[in-house]
Amino acid sequence: MNEAPIAISARGLSRRFGALVAVDRIDLAVPRRHVYGFLGPNGSGKSTTIRMLCGLLTPSEGSIEVLGLAIPAQAEALRRRIGYMTQKFSLFDDLTVRENLEFMAAVQALPRLAARRRIDTLVEEYAFADRQRQFAGTLSGGQKQRLALACAVLHEPELLFLDEPTSAVDPQSRRDFWDKLFELADRGTTLLVSTHYMDEAERCHRIAILDRGALVADGTPAELTARLAGRTLLVVSSDPRRAQQAILGEDGVVSVAQIGNSLRVLTAAAGDEALQCVRAALERRGQQARVEAVPASLEDVFVATTQRGAEPARRAS
Amino acid sequence: MNLRRMWAVVLKELRQLRRDRITLAMIVAVPVVQLVLFGYAINLNLRGLDAGIADEANTAGSRALVMDMLATGVVAPTVAARSPQELVDLLRRGRINVGIAIPADFERRKAAGGEAVQVLVDGSDTSVQAAAAQLAQMPLTRVVGVGEAPLASTPAARPISVLALYNPERRSAVNIVPGLIGVILTMTLVLFTAVAIVRERERGNMELLIATPLSRSELMVGKVLPYVAIGFVQTSVILLLGVWLFAVPIRGSLLDVYIAAGLLILANLTLGLLISTRARSQFQAMQMTFFLFLPSILLSGFMFPYAGMPRLAQWIAELLPLTHFLRLVRGIMLRGASLAELWIDALVLVAFTIVLMAAAIVRFHKRLD
Repeated sequence: MNEAPIAISARGLSRRFGALVAVDRIDLAVPRRHVYGFLGPNGSGKSTTIRMLCGLLTPSEGSIEVLGLAIPAQAEALRRRIGYMTQKFSLFDDLTVRENLEFMAAVQALPRLAARRRIDTLVEEYAFADRQRQFAGTLSGGQKQRLALACAVLHEPELLFLDEPTSAVDPQSRRDFWDKLFELADRGTTLLVSTHYMDEAERCHRIAILDRGALVADGTPAELTARLAGRTLLVVSSDPRRAQQAILGEDGVVSVAQIGNSLRVLTAAAGDEALQCVRAALERRGQQARVEAVPASLEDVFVATTQRGAEPARRAS
Repeated sequence: MNLRRMWAVVLKELRQLRRDRITLAMIVAVPVVQLVLFGYAINLNLRGLDAGIADEANTAGSRALVMDMLATGVVAPTVAARSPQELVDLLRRGRINVGIAIPADFERRKAAGGEAVQVLVDGSDTSVQAAAAQLAQMPLTRVVGVGEAPLASTPAARPISVLALYNPERRSAVNIVPGLIGVILTMTLVLFTAVAIVRERERGNMELLIATPLSRSELMVGKVLPYVAIGFVQTSVILLLGVWLFAVPIRGSLLDVYIAAGLLILANLTLGLLISTRARSQFQAMQMTFFLFLPSILLSGFMFPYAGMPRLAQWIAELLPLTHFLRLVRGIMLRGASLAELWIDALVLVAFTIVLMAAAIVRFHKRLD
C-alpha cells in the first residue's frame, strides 16, 4: 500500500460555524507510525479538526490529504481504512459487549469467520473475557473506553482518530489505555489523539497545541520544551503567597503558579535577564526568596503558548 | 448495498427493541386500547338522549306517538318546543341531542301515507345518529291502533324520516375498525422510526456509524425493516380483535388487506425517516409527528366523511397516506372490492413511499454539517 511517510497532511484548514471561527488556517503533517497528540483547552478546535480530517465535517477552506486520499471528496474510501473513537461513548448501551463488537464487525463487513476470530482475540486482549454478556451501558468509564477502542480497531485500521479518549477515566485505566495505544503504534498504526492532560501529551511522539482554533505550537515534546530554555524559574520562599503578589503583574513575567511552597514562574526573557527581573521585583517588595532556573515542562509550553493576549507567548511559538 | 451490513443493522435494531419494554408494550397496547375504546364507544346502546318535542298537531294520535317513542327509553323529554325551527336552534346550542317534529297536518299526512314525523338528529355524534335510526323504525300503525283498517291496509313506506344534521354520512363500528388499522399504523410507526434515528443522533451513535463504511441506504433500510414487521403485527392484532369483539366483516380478500396495510406501513416509515432527517431532538421528532398526525385523523375520512369536507381540506387529505389507505381498506373489508379495483389509491401509496424514501436518503448526509 501507500507507504508515504506522512499519514495526514492539511494546509490552511479552516472551519467556520456562522460567525464563529472554530478552526483557523491550520497546517498539519502527521508522520506514519506516530502517536500524534492534539493538546488544547476546551473549545480550541480539537474535535472540529479531527472531524474534518476523517471526513465528517466539510472544511470551510483548505485542503486535506489522509492516507493519500483527498478529503472530503474521497471520504467514503477512507472510512474502510480508519478507526474513529468519538469523544462521547457512542456504542450501544443496550447491547452487550459481544453484541457491540459483532455489530461493528458486520458494519466493517468482516467475513463471519474472520470476525468471530478477531472478536475472540480482542475480547482476550482487552480483558472482556468475563464481561462479554454485560450491557455496554453498565460498564465503568475505563471499560467503556476500552470497548470503544476494541471496536475502533476491529478492522485493523491504518489510522486511528481518538477524540479525548480518556477524559472520563481514572488514572490507572488511563495508563493501561495508553499502553494499548503504544502497542498499536508499534504494530504500525498511526494515531491522532486529542487530550487536555499534560502527562498524556508528554508521551506522544509529536504534539500540536491548539488555542482558539489556531495551531500555536507543533513539534516533539523535547523540541517544544527546549524553546523555553532559560525562561522557567523556580522561586522558593517561606511566604509563597506574598512572593507571588510581588512578582505578578511585573513586566516580563508571563505567568506565576504556586506549587506547594514554591512558585513556578514563566518569563518573557531568557537566562540572566529573566533571573534579574524576578529577583529585582522580589527585593522591591522586601521578599526573601531563592530564585533558580529550572528545565521547562510541557505544561510551561502550554501556558506560554495558550496564554490569552500574552504577546511574549505568541512570539515564543 | 451490502446485505451483511444491512442485516447487522436489522439485528441490532431488533435486539434493542426486545430490550425496550415501553416501546414493546406500546406496539401491542396501543392497538388493543384504541380498538376497545373506539369500538365500544361507538357500539354503546344509547339511552336517555335529551329530546326536544315540537308537537304542532297535538292530536290524540300525535300524543300517543310521542309517548311510544319515550317508552323505548332511547330518548327522554327535556324541552317542549313550539316549532321545528326552535328544535334546530336547540340542537345547535347543544341543549338537546334529538328533536322530534310533528307537523300540524300530521293526521292528514299519515292518512296519505307520506312522511308524517321528522326526527332531527345532531349527526356530528355518530352514536346519537345510530340511536335516532332506531326511533325511525317505529311503525306508525301500532301507534294509532291495530284495529283501524284503512291505515293498516295502506302502510306508509317510511312514515318517520330521519334528518341527520352536520354529518351527511352514516358511520358505525364496522366503519371504524378498518379505519383504526390505518390510524394506529400512522400513529405508532411514524413516531417509532423518527425517534429511532433521532435517538441515535442524540446519543452520539450516529457519529460513530457515519464514520464507518455503512452506507446511507444500508442504514435506512436496515432501520426500517424491523418496523415493517411490527406494523404487520399491529395490523393482525386489530383485525383479530375487530372480528372477535365487533364482528367486523372482511368481505374482500385477507391478502389484499395485508398488502394495503403493507403499503401504508412503508409510506409511514419513510415519512418517519424524513422527519428524522430534520428533527434535532427526540422531542422535535415527536412534535413533527403530531403535526402530521392531527390532519391525518381529522381529514383522512376516519372521523369526518371526505365528501363533506371543503375543497381545500380535500386537497390536503389527498396528500395524506391515511386517506388513501382508508379508501383501500374500507373498500376491501366492507364492500368486498379487490385491490386491483382500487389500484389508484394503491399506486398513490407506492408513489408516496418512493418519493419520500428518495427525499430521506438525499437529505440524510453522512456528515455532521
